Amino acid sequence: MSAVLNKRNIIILFVLVSLVFPLITTNTYLIHVMTLAFIWMIGVYGLNLLAGYTGYLSLAHAGFFAIGAYGLGILTVKAHMSFWLAFVLSLLITGLLGLIVGLIALRSKEHFFAIYTLCLGYIIYLVIDKWESLTEGVRGLIGIPAPQGFGPIKFETEKSHYYLVLFFLLLVILVMYRIVHSLSGRSFIAIRNSEDLALTIGISTARNKLTVFVLSTLFAGLSGALYASFVRFIGPDIGNTAVIFDMLTYLIVGGIGTLTGPLIGTLLVIWLSQLLQDFQQYRMLIFGPLLTLLVIFYPRGIVGGVTDIYRKRMAKKEKQLAGKKDSYIQSDLGAKNQVKEG
Amino acid sequence: MIFLETKNLTKKFGGNVAVNNVDFTVEKGKINAIIGPNGAGKSTFFNLISGFHSPSSGQVIFKGQDITKLPSNKIAELGVARTFQTTNLFDQATVLDNVIVGHRLRTKSNLFDAILRTSRLKREEEQCREKAMEVLEFVGLEHLAGKLAGGLTQEEKKRTAFALALATDPEIVFLDEPAGGVNPSETDGLAELMQKMVDKGITVCLIEHKMQMIMRIAHKIMVLNYGEKIAEGRPDEIRNNETVIKAYLGGSASA
Ligand SMILES: Nc1ncnc2c1ncn2[C@@H]1O[C@H](COP(=O)(O)OP(=O)(O)OP(=O)(O)O)[C@@H](O)[C@H]1O
Ligand SMILES: [Mg+2]
Repeated sequence: MSAVLNKRNIIILFVLVSLVFPLITTNTYLIHVMTLAFIWMIGVYGLNLLAGYTGYLSLAHAGFFAIGAYGLGILTVKAHMSFWLAFVLSLLITGLLGLIVGLIALRSKEHFFAIYTLCLGYIIYLVIDKWESLTEGVRGLIGIPAPQGFGPIKFETEKSHYYLVLFFLLLVILVMYRIVHSLSGRSFIAIRNSEDLALTIGISTARNKLTVFVLSTLFAGLSGALYASFVRFIGPDIGNTAVIFDMLTYLIVGGIGTLTGPLIGTLLVIWLSQLLQDFQQYRMLIFGPLLTLLVIFYPRGIVGGVTDIYRKRMAKKEKQLAGKKDSYIQSDLGAKNQVKEG
Repeated sequence: MIFLETKNLTKKFGGNVAVNNVDFTVEKGKINAIIGPNGAGKSTFFNLISGFHSPSSGQVIFKGQDITKLPSNKIAELGVARTFQTTNLFDQATVLDNVIVGHRLRTKSNLFDAILRTSRLKREEEQCREKAMEVLEFVGLEHLAGKLAGGLTQEEKKRTAFALALATDPEIVFLDEPAGGVNPSETDGLAELMQKMVDKGITVCLIEHKMQMIMRIAHKIMVLNYGEKIAEGRPDEIRNNETVIKAYLGGSASA
């Protein structure tokens, strides 16, 4: 591993490959799978901001994903609103519900928070499933429109939809990148590290946690709304707890609390699942043990693992150097090391 | 005006009175020390002042303002910093990154500044970085700025914790066992550092078990035993105090 594989370059590589991907393949199925992967990534980034950078593992995010999706579905299909208005409103609704849920849920911590949000997520699922007059229950919502075009740009083909979703994904990555590398991001990481310590250095943990929670539900809602407009049909199952565990798998495989983890984890798991599709019912036989091993040996996923290995090498070099040269170079190397985080 | 004082400060955990009716005044610009056997309530006393526990009764007054009911982060904003008995740094980040966030409370940029990368954010980031380097230099760790906190020695961790507290621009620092788990020669260095803080105009209040060091550097000492203040005074007064000697020789004293 060399400095070539740092997060900046991985993101740049991802942008380049994803931009040309539809040009090198004519297989619409592949484009379809890729678009879905991008949609999930957005939700996984939301989960990452909260669980990875602030230390609060929310299991309610499949619920917020569903709220975004149903918000868009109901507003377009039932209320006949124009697409983009419904799109924006569905995000606002998700954020508002996120605010209310956050105010209550953030009173708990650690595994209590996880269990609490798991229950909340299930309640959201139940409401969608049972409130038939609004959501059509198990029948689901059919005929959700594709995004409205702008002038000559239309989003009816797989390809154009792919680029629309990619646009939102890149926006999310940019926002994440900037947040993580800002003073706000430092406050979040300080909270994850130790809430007590964060408080003693004057960080308002309550306000910061609520901000992150709402923002992460917005990401989940955005992911849901894009999903609804892409698949055009949604049922209550999209809010089921199985969905949050899928998202969590993507995040953990890629690397929780890292910037490129959601990209790598989601791509890897989704494409692996595609490859193993013929073994549908045995899939978990392979994934289960792999995931367990990964969590034991690389708790920060692939990205975290690679970073650690790289760091150890640098530390070794540093030691060898320290034997020969003065301490200035040592700290200089160390400073380069620091850039590698996440 | 009295700099910082506690009045009848009491904390009960169920039936256990951890801090009992303690009146204490901190002398400005001096090294104040709190000693006492294990479980005497020293850390709890700090937790009450810094807003981590709310007292069962009594008051904490800082520069004439009642801060008893303020949350910890507001107390920090007023210029009261603290370190913990067990240092909890972020091991996977560098020393510099650990300390930079310490100045966050003096900045105003929010999430929108972050997303838009405004000039305010850039300016404040620079300000935090400069502050961090300044305090790291002050505690003598500038050469380790780029090193991961996980790889530091116990003494270096203590110094980093000091730096983090200093990055908040405090008027007073509460240090809970700053020399705990540190060898004797390093202890001297830390004592020097505390003296240096005082020279810079920062009031120091510390908890310590290392009696020699306390007797040498403290201007004033309070002794707690079973949550009660049993003595207060200059080092030589404390050294010869009957009650103090008894408290340390009998019972649970293991210091
Ligand atoms: N959060 C808490 N809940 C319940 N009891 C507590 C809590 N914190 C402290 N105590 C109790 O209060 C008493 C005083 O504890 P404290 O930690 O303040 O002692 P200390 O003087 O700092 O001791 P040491 O020298 O070992 O650090 C102890 O009996 C302890 O068990
Ligand atoms: Mg203690």
